[in-house]
Amino acid sequence: MKNPARAASAVLTYGFVGLMAFLSVFPFIWMVLGATNSSIDIIKGRLAPGETLAVNVAKFFTQVNVPLVFWNSAKIAILATLLTLAVSSLAGYGFEMFRSRRRDGLYRAMLLTLMIPFAALMIPLFIMMGKAGLINTHIAVVLPTIGSAFIVFYFRQSTKAFPSELRDAAKVDGLKEWQIFLYIYVPVMRSTYAAAFIIVFMTAWNNYLWPLIVLQSNETKTITLVISSLASAYYPDYGVVMVGTILATLPTLAVFFFMQRQFVQGMLGSVK
Amino acid sequence: MVLARRGGIGRYYDVNGWLFVAPALGLIALFMVYPILWSLWMSFQSGRGMMMKFAGFANIVRLWNDPVFIKALTNTMTYFVVQVPIMILLALVLASLLNNPRLVGRGLFRTAIFLPCVTSLVAYSVLFKGMFAPDGIVNSTLQAIGLIASPIPWLTHPFWAKTLVIIAITWRWTGYNMIFYLAAMQNIDRSIYEVARIDGVPAWARFTHITIPLLKPVILFTTVISTIGTLQLFDEVYNLTEGKGGPSNATLTLSLYIYNLTFRFMPNFGYAATVSYVIVVLVALLAVLQFYLARERDR
Repeated sequence: MKNPARAASAVLTYGFVGLMAFLSVFPFIWMVLGATNSSIDIIKGRLAPGETLAVNVAKFFTQVNVPLVFWNSAKIAILATLLTLAVSSLAGYGFEMFRSRRRDGLYRAMLLTLMIPFAALMIPLFIMMGKAGLINTHIAVVLPTIGSAFIVFYFRQSTKAFPSELRDAAKVDGLKEWQIFLYIYVPVMRSTYAAAFIIVFMTAWNNYLWPLIVLQSNETKTITLVISSLASAYYPDYGVVMVGTILATLPTLAVFFFMQRQFVQGMLGSVK
Repeated sequence: MVLARRGGIGRYYDVNGWLFVAPALGLIALFMVYPILWSLWMSFQSGRGMMMKFAGFANIVRLWNDPVFIKALTNTMTYFVVQVPIMILLALVLASLLNNPRLVGRGLFRTAIFLPCVTSLVAYSVLFKGMFAPDGIVNSTLQAIGLIASPIPWLTHPFWAKTLVIIAITWRWTGYNMIFYLAAMQNIDRSIYEVARIDGVPAWARFTHITIPLLKPVILFTTVISTIGTLQLFDEVYNLTEGKGGPSNATLTLSLYIYNLTFRFMPNFGYAATVSYVIVVLVALLAVLQFYLARERDR
């Protein structure tokens, strides 16, 4: 008696979850197929492998200085990530290990900055960078992103799990505070660093609005900006655009598949 | 002076503490706190480019009489009111279905639904623009299965363009929210569900009476995050509509309007800063409201 109802609910569950999974993955399939088709076929809704992959790739490489664009993206992302991790882990460690009433107060004030929308910062930041003569430089892209309340928060939360006996033992051995941080904390917390690395790297790699404002010449542009301008042409060549989106998505896709656990841990960050 | 009383050791401790936190606090002060105060000051100024003079509340008055601003505000609130609840509910339902250990292939389903998170906002917007082209894959599929008779003007009709933005954001962020709920569900004792099931509590009631109350802190957290994100919407709309927020401003968001005021039209930093403070106030108000609502239901 109970079986037909059960079967119906199973069909419904699998049907729903399956449909959602399919819809989630479909744009990726479409993107890969698109790279093999001509622009006309793509916007006419063709859903089969075509023969223009080589042409699209060749066109992409002639229209875009691919090595330069990737170098720009990689430079910005790696610089931003290393600096953010260094500054934020120092602060997360400092706030948790050297607690004082004033620092706790500042920490709470710092968390309020999480609510500041970037739109309210971009005009002053743009004027600041202009005055400093940094418009159209990669430094201007990286600088405002280093101090991140969210990553400081992430490191402080993770530091709560850092065994304080390790620190006490190191102190007895006569290590200075910076040595304890560098030689004990950093190696012990490497999975925290890995997760934070992924999250900051992805954010920097995919960042759009601020680079769009600051980077004005073709020599400084990132892959994200290039895809956007290719796609907003009056008659965009979708085959070429698809090649670009695949190349732009590949690094983060690779990180996701090879480091899935840290990836998800980084995404969750604050919850635990 | 706490410092002076504590003497040597306390001082050493305190100096080290400040040294560790100083770089982060300094950078946040310089690139977050200083600019946000500067734009507050700017919002009381008026003029072109860098030549600004004090204008009192003139910018705020201008907001009321600016139909484009009203449009951008309405659009942004529409995205927020329609999209965030749909996405949160969808993510919750998916998370509770995928949390069932008896579901075959749930790891695969989870990965698939989470996959959109790896795309950049620009990349997926570009993909969606192509898929929702007039004769594109979406319209031709819908026509082939007989759901629609003629192609939907996704990019040229005000209603459908808004719908497309909502579909796109939901695609990108549902899996992200789902991951938070799945993680929180790990901490719920499964025997609660078993007991409820044996007592004959139907699945939907288990969802609304066990899952949702127990996940309330996480739901609140993701709602606040999504609210802040939606109110700042820029990349998607910019890339779906060639930077115009069209058709005829139907998809224009507050962030895009600020960008246009600053970098596309004759720059008016003062007025643009005023519009940006509308977002600041909205984010703050909605965050407070959401915390308040969550607290109320506790009692």
